[in-house]
Amino acid sequence: MKKFLIPLVLFFGLVVFLAIGLQRDPREIPSPLIDKPAPAFSLPTLDPAAGNFSPADMKGRVWLLNVWATWCVACRQEHPLLVAFAMRHEVPIVGMSYKEIQPQDAQAQTMDAPAKLQFARERSQVWLSRYGNPYVLSVMDMEGRVGIQYGVYGVPETYVIDKQGVIRFKAVGEVTPDILTSKVLPLIQKLNAS
Amino acid sequence: MAPVQIDAPRTPWPVWLCIASLAVWLVGHPPGQAWAQAPLSAITAPVTSAAPSGVAAPGNGLGPQAAPLSEEPELDARLLMLSEELRCLVCQNESLASSRAELADDLRREVRELLREGKSDQAVKDFLVQRYGDFVLYRPEVKPLTWLLWFGPFALLIGALVGLWVYLRQRRQQVDTTPALNDAERARVDQWLKD
Repeated sequence: MKKFLIPLVLFFGLVVFLAIGLQRDPREIPSPLIDKPAPAFSLPTLDPAAGNFSPADMKGRVWLLNVWATWCVACRQEHPLLVAFAMRHEVPIVGMSYKEIQPQDAQAQTMDAPAKLQFARERSQVWLSRYGNPYVLSVMDMEGRVGIQYGVYGVPETYVIDKQGVIRFKAVGEVTPDILTSKVLPLIQKLNAS
Repeated sequence: MAPVQIDAPRTPWPVWLCIASLAVWLVGHPPGQAWAQAPLSAITAPVTSAAPSGVAAPGNGLGPQAAPLSEEPELDARLLMLSEELRCLVCQNESLASSRAELADDLRREVRELLREGKSDQAVKDFLVQRYGDFVLYRPEVKPLTWLLWFGPFALLIGALVGLWVYLRQRRQQVDTTPALNDAERARVDQWLKD
């Protein structure tokens, strides 16, 4: 055996590892919540008259949970796709307005909690009437605490939740047409059939 | 007399393997992380714990004083220690302690409340791992999935040392079995050295 080949082989092994490493998106962190029950919560919704929503209300249906906010630029980018998808009535999409009030909203900082909620509802409503509303309802996670339960670390995020209330898929960042057709749609069809 | 050129012995491959394993280990355990954190907590811990004890005591004759930095110095110190071991998910190369991202703020608040409830450090880590995965831990748990990460470099090192030992033994045998120079060869060598 030619001994000078050994460093060469080691080098190419290293190159292969680095090449694989570079292909991966470091922002995509596999969620440990896949195949786990969706964390329970009870939150007020966008519609003040509608009362609180909890994931248990969706038992028996396959549904999407889409985390969004009016300040989120990528949300606006994915929004037309969600609106178009909602029109097909394949699955209900529940929105989760995540920390709608940001530190830069100076006028809202001194408000009390009900006023903040009111402020967030109004702004979200305006945004949805301008860009279209794909949501059957939208819950208001003002403090981002439910977001933490769901492991949200970047908005938008989209979860596919099955009839038993188990999270089956999570997309971090914008849902692209590719993700929708190659991953979300086949999964929804499979889950709906079961 | 011309200088005698002696070929430097080629680096044996086990040595390369040693270097590679060291490199792998360093990549897995960047020295900056563990070593840089120690001074940070050494600097900040006394600040948070010492401030409220004497400085703000009323009537100490030192005039008006700034309010204590924190009502819960011990909890703060624990929060700091713990959040230095946790990774911020938004700015991934920062710890939860050093990150100014909003999510880091929220997670620190969450950790603070868990600590206030009397949860152990391990329980807090478990809470975050259940939601964000092993990724949040700078020091991943030792379990079958991470065995390669933890023990791989040592396995490489042991392999390299065994290789080195075998190599040296072979070479010694070669040296032992190489026949000594005969008279004619010795004369030629002497001739070369004279030139």
